Amino acid sequence: MTILFLITAVVILASAIMVVTSRNLVHAALWLVAALFGVAVLYALLNAGFIAVVQVVIYIGAIAILFIFAVMLTRREMRDKGPGLNKNWWASALVSLLVFGGLAYLLSSWSGFSQASAAFPSGFDAVSALGDALISPDAFVLPFEVASVLLVAALVGAVYIAFNPRSGDNRK
Amino acid sequence: MIPLSWYLILSAALFSIGLFGVLARRNAIAILLGVELMLNAVNINLVAFWRYLDPVQMTGQVFAIIVFAVAAAEVAVGLALVISVYRNRKTVVADELDMMKW
Repeated sequence: MTILFLITAVVILASAIMVVTSRNLVHAALWLVAALFGVAVLYALLNAGFIAVVQVVIYIGAIAILFIFAVMLTRREMRDKGPGLNKNWWASALVSLLVFGGLAYLLSSWSGFSQASAAFPSGFDAVSALGDALISPDAFVLPFEVASVLLVAALVGAVYIAFNPRSGDNRK
Repeated sequence: MIPLSWYLILSAALFSIGLFGVLARRNAIAILLGVELMLNAVNINLVAFWRYLDPVQMTGQVFAIIVFAVAAAEVAVGLALVISVYRNRKTVVADELDMMKW
C-alpha cells in the first residue's frame, strides 16, 4: 500500500512538472492524462471507487480530449514559436515555492496532521451511501441540481461563444 | 497504513506546480492545464479528508463530484473563449492579448 502510494505520488508530481514545462502543448496535454490517471489511483487507494471511475470517465475521457482538440484548433502549424514560459517565470517559481512552504507549515501545525484513517463500520457501502446522499432531500439534492443547472448553462454558453457566425450561415 | 499528512503534502505540491503553470506559461491553453492541476489537488484533499475524518458522512465525496461539474464547466467555457479569441486575433499567447490595456 505504501509502496503503491509512493510510486503514484512520484508519477503524479513528475507528470505535473512535465505539464507545466513541456513546450509542445500536445505533449503537455498527454502528460496531464498521466497525472490524472495517477490521481485516479489515489482515489482507489482511498476507497473512493466511484470517484476514481468518474475521474477516468470525465477528466481523461472528456476534459483531456477537449484540451487536445483545442490545441489542434488553435495552431496553424504543429509547433510552438518562442519560449513556453514568460520572462517572469522565476518570480512565478518563487511564489509557488512560497505557497508550498506556507501550506506545509500551516498543515504541520494542525493537530490532526498525521492521524490514521478512520475505520468503516461493518457492512457500510460507500457507493450506495453516496447515491443516497446525492438524491436525498435531507442531504445534498439541492447542490446536486444546482450543479447540473450550472453545467447546462456553461455548455450553452460555450457553444454560443465558440460559434462562428461567418461559417455558420451556409445552411440557407 | 498511510497517514493523512502524505496526501495533504502531495496535494499541496500538486497545487503549487499548477500555480506555477498558471503564472508562468505564455499559452492560454497551458494556463488552463495549470488550473486543472490545481482543481485535482483540491479534489485529492476533499476525498482524503472524507476517508480519514468521517467516512460515514458523504460530504467530502459529494463536494468532490460538484468540483468535477465545476471543472467541466470551466474547461468548456475557457476553451470556447480561447478558440473565439484565436479566431479574432490569430494568437493564443496571453501576453499579446492586451486589447484592454490602457
